[in-house]
Amino acid sequence: MYLYDQYDQAMVDARVAEFRDQAQRRLDGKLSEDQFKPLRLMNGLYLQLHAYMLRVAIPYGTLSSRQMHALADIADKYDRGYGHFTTRQNIQYNWIKLEEAADILADLAKVEMHAIQTSGNCIRNISSDHFAGAAADEVTDPRPYAELLRQWSSFHPEFAYLPRKFKICVIASDRDRAAMKLHDIGIQIVEKDGEMGAAFYVGGGMGRTPMIAPCIKDFVPLDRLVSYAEACLRVYNRYGRRDNKYKARIKILVHEMGADAYAKEVDEEFAHLLDQGVEPPFAELERIRTFFEDPAFAAAGADDEIDRSDPDFALWVDRNTHAHKADGYVSAVVSLKPVGGIPGDATAEQMHLMADLARDYSFDELRVMHTQNIVLPHVRKSDLHKLWTALDEAGLGTPNLDRIGDIIACPGLDYCSLANARSIPLAQKISQRFADNGKEETLGELKLKISGCINACGHHHAGHIGILGVDRKGTENYQLLLGGSEAEDTSLAKITGPGFTEDGVVDAIETVSDLYLSSRVEGERFIDTYRRIGMTPFKEALYG
Amino acid sequence: MADPQYPAEGGLGQGHDEVQLRYRDDELVDHASVTVDSFLAQSNASAVRIEPGDDTRELLRHLERIRLVEVNFPSFGDGRGYSAARILRESGYDGEIRAVGDVLVDQIAYMRRCGFDAFAPERPLNESDVEAALNRFPHVYQAAADSRTPIWNLRHGDAA
Ligand code: SF4
Repeated sequence: MYLYDQYDQAMVDARVAEFRDQAQRRLDGKLSEDQFKPLRLMNGLYLQLHAYMLRVAIPYGTLSSRQMHALADIADKYDRGYGHFTTRQNIQYNWIKLEEAADILADLAKVEMHAIQTSGNCIRNISSDHFAGAAADEVTDPRPYAELLRQWSSFHPEFAYLPRKFKICVIASDRDRAAMKLHDIGIQIVEKDGEMGAAFYVGGGMGRTPMIAPCIKDFVPLDRLVSYAEACLRVYNRYGRRDNKYKARIKILVHEMGADAYAKEVDEEFAHLLDQGVEPPFAELERIRTFFEDPAFAAAGADDEIDRSDPDFALWVDRNTHAHKADGYVSAVVSLKPVGGIPGDATAEQMHLMADLARDYSFDELRVMHTQNIVLPHVRKSDLHKLWTALDEAGLGTPNLDRIGDIIACPGLDYCSLANARSIPLAQKISQRFADNGKEETLGELKLKISGCINACGHHHAGHIGILGVDRKGTENYQLLLGGSEAEDTSLAKITGPGFTEDGVVDAIETVSDLYLSSRVEGERFIDTYRRIGMTPFKEALYG
Repeated sequence: MADPQYPAEGGLGQGHDEVQLRYRDDELVDHASVTVDSFLAQSNASAVRIEPGDDTRELLRHLERIRLVEVNFPSFGDGRGYSAARILRESGYDGEIRAVGDVLVDQIAYMRRCGFDAFAPERPLNESDVEAALNRFPHVYQAAADSRTPIWNLRHGDAA
């Protein structure tokens, strides 16, 4: 885990003091809402349908037990006893009072956390692979590079008023678990001829105009990482469109210029910046790396064999654990998707419990997944049964990772002021339907993602099945999409045809999943069958 | 509540280009600036005004005859001027860079870091707020156009 030093702490403390002052001026009526808005947004404080919402940054999704306890305490003290983990690996609180917002930031600062740059047209929290530092398939832990970029992007003076928000993701495996190519910049740490470097994918994104990022540079040496990122951002800041909010993301710039022309501009800027001393000393990267060294894994032993005599436990092990680089260990996924529950929500008690379990069984560490679940990254196989028992008792042991019940859903019309339709009740209905009809088991891997509007916070373009809430003559309506993927085989889902009512779309999902079941050949997932047989048979089943 | 009004020091100029804050000692350029297009067409102008869509790099061949660059911010949310100022400083320009237009107190610290050393905001700023904003953050993380030492250099032995 990265730990703050005096400098990091001083910056976050200064930010709290600044915001306390701004909030007080607002409360005293010295600032109008118009004047206050850009200031609160720089601290992740949104005004939603019913109350203020605070978004807290969780850099690259990594939390210590202490931090998770603090998030639980905030949920208890300032909210209604729960929090919502987001597709950006952050947490949001939905019922915040302006009077208390500065106190929350102060509580966060005590555990080396903040809400800086979690909104606004700036570089947002850096996301990463939730199995970083644990996965057997990575070339290195990507988080030191994410942390370096976190520091570089924090309070960056040139890039605080970009054309639009800017999201960066860093991974270090050919397996993409972070939707890397659907970010403004996706970075993959790679090894070439025994040397490590970074491949840059620029101009991906979801939203109104989804695009998969092209690779614009296949190898940037690690001692030039910051200079290259700076060049990418400067070209965007100078040339990104500002005439139309919907065309302002970097994906439009890269698309309109062409990836080659954009890459050429970046190369020129990069060559210029190399003389400007913007790169941190390499010793800083080495310092950061020391925080991400492996914990003291126990040597593999005789009790590494998992006792599978309890079928419920065995099922959870099969579904919710992931191969670890150390013998005798796995990463365990805590599902925040109980049958009929609200995707990504956790109560304060559940957060405390996960924090305690991380302390006891995972070297004090937790991760937030972009799929709105929690990972305990380093669990000894011999501890798995104890872990599962504790989780199951707290309603956190649902064995549904990457199944149809493991739904991504944005807050939607229950909270979000931009929403066209509700996401949460729909997710609950689908989850309940497929638990009741027993088909979840048979369907296998099926990623379902729901957004309440075209902004696509629920990643519907990247779902094997995606659902988009639209407003149709004043009533909520749902479009169905098929064939998306946010993994290394990134693809964008396509709309099936006319939309459905809330109940209609639940039926429609059953229709397409039945067609899959009757059409699949051995070993095919839903997405594989869709790719083989195409959209037409699904359309016929839905509308024919 | 009305915005507080502060008279510009020395009563320089009038109207919305009035320089309220200046962080340099040389003499103020008091003749009007020209657009980038007319600057490039005319050989004797020494003050030029950059609009957000202008390409700052076009000025780089003429830096030796420029004494003032005004960078206009029609709206505070349009951040192209930050890159413009930094590019000028990175190219060795050491004349005045003046931010004009919709310049707010919350932007001043970042503007200073990008190389702005004079400010002519449309609406005058409260100078004690400006002081507070400039002194709020004890350190900086990254290098920019000012001389502040980034945290990551401080960590590895460089003096502040
Ligand atoms: S997708 Fe739309 S409705 Fe859902 S959280 Fe984002 S902005 Fe709100």
